[in-house]
Amino acid sequence: MTVDVAGSRWRLPFSPWHLVLIPLSFLLVVPLLWMLITSLETEGEANHFPPVLFPAKPRFANYTEAWAQAPFGHFFLNSLTVTVVVLVSNLVVCSLAGYAFARIRFLGRGTLFVVLMATLMVPFQVTMIPVFLIVKWFGVNVWEGLGIDHIGALMLPNLATAFGIFFLRQFFQTVPVELEEAARVDGTSRLGVLFKIVLPLSLPAMSTLAALTVLTSWNDFLWPLIVITSEDQMTVPLGLSYFQGAHHVQWPLLMAANVMSLLPMLLVFIGAQRYFVQSVASTGIKG
Amino acid sequence: MVIAENTKAPPRPAPVPPRRRWRPWGADGVTGWALVTPAVVLIGIFGLLPVLMSLQLSFQHSDLLTPETPWVGFDNYRKMADDPVFLEAIKHTIIYTALFVPGTMLVGLLVAAAMNRSVRFISVYRTAAYITMAVSTISQGIIFLWLTDRDYGLVNAALNGVGVPSQPFLASPSQAIYVIVAMTIWGWTGFSVIVYLAALQGVPAELHEAAAIDGAKPFTRFRTITVPLLGPANLFLLVWLTINALQLFDEVYATTRGGPLRATTVIVYYLWDQAFVHFDAGYAAAMAYALFVVILLVTAVQFRLARRYAHHP
Repeated sequence: MTVDVAGSRWRLPFSPWHLVLIPLSFLLVVPLLWMLITSLETEGEANHFPPVLFPAKPRFANYTEAWAQAPFGHFFLNSLTVTVVVLVSNLVVCSLAGYAFARIRFLGRGTLFVVLMATLMVPFQVTMIPVFLIVKWFGVNVWEGLGIDHIGALMLPNLATAFGIFFLRQFFQTVPVELEEAARVDGTSRLGVLFKIVLPLSLPAMSTLAALTVLTSWNDFLWPLIVITSEDQMTVPLGLSYFQGAHHVQWPLLMAANVMSLLPMLLVFIGAQRYFVQSVASTGIKG
Repeated sequence: MVIAENTKAPPRPAPVPPRRRWRPWGADGVTGWALVTPAVVLIGIFGLLPVLMSLQLSFQHSDLLTPETPWVGFDNYRKMADDPVFLEAIKHTIIYTALFVPGTMLVGLLVAAAMNRSVRFISVYRTAAYITMAVSTISQGIIFLWLTDRDYGLVNAALNGVGVPSQPFLASPSQAIYVIVAMTIWGWTGFSVIVYLAALQGVPAELHEAAAIDGAKPFTRFRTITVPLLGPANLFLLVWLTINALQLFDEVYATTRGGPLRATTVIVYYLWDQAFVHFDAGYAAAMAYALFVVILLVTAVQFRLARRYAHHP
């Protein structure tokens, strides 16, 4: 793109919008850059005013020290386990239910759908205290691993969401019904149709829901804060908050821990950005 | 276009194929229920049952530990009206919401408008905006604690640079809530930019071209063509951001823990504190129900207003 300045032949070799977009983008990432810079400074450089913008020599030891002072490996493993279980469960359970609501006529379908969707309006604060009691009950009466202070308690209440059902049902309804009917005539079962025809056609919707589920599950904080107290059961955000409590003025160390905590999600986000963007855009415009 | 004159009699509607008699407990009925059962059980136990339990709890006294939960009638609800901390928390929540929601919408719209063009590296610029969405609330809190640090913060260095003295920010009862507003606006920038970009890309280019030919200036075109067409995106963000603002918790926990001098104690922070620090679960359940009703009312009002003022293209 070029620009004509009235009355002259002078042309900018690039779009003038870059002059707006570069400072704007820079401003938006300053908080992240400042975190990264501080994570490479010495304690003396960080506790200096005006701030040292470029550390004399990057101090990578902040990372090894932070890693040694809290079980970040555990935090990552816990977050990963919880996220993977919640993701797989949501994709399976919500696609089964979403398909039934989209395509199969069964007694009470309409009422059931409305009742399930009503839970979308309930804020988490209303349910969190009873869910705490229910999870505690599961831990005592069913299996300890599902109870308070176990990562099972982080998975159990999130295995299926009304939003996932709604989202997939909306998408399944757009899959041409003729394809399904042809397969049904050939004797394919309902489940066969779902897995062989509908799901392969629904990969964009599934990826979008997956992105949203991963982001929500990985960054969840309030629920882990309520149910988890042992360090070895903490997820990344809770572990980071715990680390913050212990090292709240050792900024380089805290920032190194922060960078480590953010890195996996940032990489996943950049790698699958299309789906994350789609997940917000589709809830925002259609929802 | 010329519309052909209709001289023939209208075609008879196609015969409706005889509907197969629907048997509620036929194969479909069983399959349908089988497929929804896992979801119904899970959402029933962790989504529906808790709503009823919470209502019951709000009329009881419970410390989450002892099995006895005596009925106390409306005591928990009455207590709210006389609890100065709760009333203060409502005030802080309203101030926060009133600033955060329009602030995020404005920043989102401006950034999206700037990024809604096909120039080189546009995907890099957009990523810079989107990325804020991936930053967890706790990371965000820690970063902003450091950015706004009273003694060594980057923001104070910038202020000093333009001749403004250093501010205490999160350490000050009068400034802390505004820092949390700014911090959460940053955190939600990615989200609102995505919504507005999607909406802006839905604005037909022909409308702009036609208006440009008629001599409309870019700003006039933005105001008269783009803004009205953003209605659905505005409504979605208004409702969604308000719901989230009323439920603010993580960012307060990560930065001020409700302080200094309770200046940032918002409703959900106080509720969590009552339930899981002071073990007054009945009172917390009552507050949660009050919040629920408020969220429903606010959402209903927003939808009603949006319908009244909606510009239908």
